[in-house]
Amino acid sequence: MLSTFLSQIANGLVLGSLIALIALGYTMVYGIITLINFAHGEIFMVGAYGGLASMTYLLPTVITQRWYFALPIVLVVGALVSILVAVAMERFAYRPLRNAPRLAPLITALGVSVALQEAVRVFYPGATAAIPFPDLFIQGTLIIPIGDGVPIRYTGILLIVLSLVLAFGLERFVERTRMGRAMRATSQDRDVARLMGINPDRVIVLTFAIGGALAGIAGVLYGSYLNNINIDMGFQNGIFAFTAAVLGGIGNIRGAVIGGLVIGLVKALGGQYLPGGTAYDYVWIFVVLIIVLVFRPQGFFGETERVRA
Amino acid sequence: MAFLSVRDLVVAYGAIQAVRGVSFEVERGQIVSLIGSNGAGKTTTLRTVSGLLRPVSGEIVLDGTPIHTLPAHEILSLGVAHSPEGRRLFARMSVEENLRLGAYTRKDEAGVLKDIQRVYDLFPVLGERRMNKAGLFSGGEQQMLAIGRALMSSPKLLMLDEPSMGLSPIMTQKIFDTVKELRDAGTTVLLVEQNALSALALSDHAYVIDLGRTTLSGTGRELLADPRVQEAYLGEAASA
Ligand SMILES: Nc1ncnc2c1ncn2[C@@H]1O[C@H](COP(=O)(O)OP(=O)(O)OP(=O)(O)O)[C@@H](O)[C@H]1O
Ligand SMILES: [Mg+2]
Repeated sequence: MLSTFLSQIANGLVLGSLIALIALGYTMVYGIITLINFAHGEIFMVGAYGGLASMTYLLPTVITQRWYFALPIVLVVGALVSILVAVAMERFAYRPLRNAPRLAPLITALGVSVALQEAVRVFYPGATAAIPFPDLFIQGTLIIPIGDGVPIRYTGILLIVLSLVLAFGLERFVERTRMGRAMRATSQDRDVARLMGINPDRVIVLTFAIGGALAGIAGVLYGSYLNNINIDMGFQNGIFAFTAAVLGGIGNIRGAVIGGLVIGLVKALGGQYLPGGTAYDYVWIFVVLIIVLVFRPQGFFGETERVRA
Repeated sequence: MAFLSVRDLVVAYGAIQAVRGVSFEVERGQIVSLIGSNGAGKTTTLRTVSGLLRPVSGEIVLDGTPIHTLPAHEILSLGVAHSPEGRRLFARMSVEENLRLGAYTRKDEAGVLKDIQRVYDLFPVLGERRMNKAGLFSGGEQQMLAIGRALMSSPKLLMLDEPSMGLSPIMTQKIFDTVKELRDAGTTVLLVEQNALSALALSDHAYVIDLGRTTLSGTGRELLADPRVQEAYLGEAASA
């Protein structure tokens, strides 16, 4: 009983950390240009495929057989592929619409999302179905000795630790560095940021690149943990991550992490204990979202009053 | 040649022409004011000089270089700082962070620290509360911070849009005294004011903008004495 509960908590934390990594991209982009980048889930997806491609087609077996070589390289490749796609998306899809009515970039985001899915389906060998993805970390499961033992895969532990470290690093970057300050300034008042000598285009590109890097890393970790990937993974997890960002207070880094963890836990525990089981994932997650937003429309950490909302 | 010269400037918001022929010059080391009533086009003019808006026609030349095609962040690098109307501080950041943003393009950390201290010397209240969020300060204190922030880029030309807006007469006097000190220390100042009387008393030169056009110009003294100016902008002062 207790160990079932605790192992669902462990599952929830793993899933939640993954969602948090993706949610950071939604929240950062929204914070700077008030755009919900609905194609962000696809940035996560292409990171997974990019990482897998390097593993399958690029790296020699001497590397792929040793996790301490393969894991960092594949993470970096996944991150780079996602950064590239995210930055290109900003440059060619969103920047021309910077001053257009708000509906235009939103619809464009949906279009970009479909285009990326189809591009992977058409061009990645075998992507019409799910593709197996190797576990890139130490194989096996740690049994935490509580009750009958709570199992958690080493890859799951890696996912939790890496997500928290990256989120913490990002928060430090935004709070402490000159570039981070420029990001906050651009988010609060873009015209005045320009008067300070900040080039908003550079800040916006950097924001997409950071969100892309985190999503690409998340994509590789997702493949590594679930051991197969498919082109719908971005859509499903994108919705969870977007919800997490709203739940935590969109625009807020800490909020995205807490929101991600809450959604991971609701999904895992709801699937175990609530009627309907895993089939009702989305229902329970949106029930939680609605309840929270009724009492706290700005989310857990959202500012009630923003200079620019 | 004048340090800043603006010729036949026309600026529009969509179909609305807000500025339809503004020309003026700012000599090095002077305080030059643009005065005029609500909606005359003063703010629009400053926003165009600093690169936030693109003119429809006309030219803006800074120290011999046309700047009206440059983006705002490059114009700042050429030495033009703009403290915008309504102060527009980064309300959720501390005093110190606002000042650091003012120095965003500077690489000389030692010089930046010295200039932050200089702002604190100029406005001690800012130094005492350097870690407080800018949004928590009073109007006058916020105006001090806005001016301090603009000074942090060590500008050659400082543009202030209605620094006296919403301030008590004592606070207004303090701000204007500071502007004079800055001029005496070598900074060129372009001032926009509705408070025409104080602005003209302070200015080496001034221009009147009416319905988007520069209509009169002269030294501060000349305009103060001009009956047309007295009637339109100094109503109470003239009758007093
Ligand atoms: N963003 C905008 N969009 C459309 N019209 C604008 C905009 N900003 C200003 N205007 C119009 O342009 C004209 C000039 O405005 P501007 O703000 O430059 O005047 P001002 O001289 O600074 O006035 P005030 O003394 O009230 O600050 C006004 O008619 C104003 O309504
Ligand atoms: Mg104005």
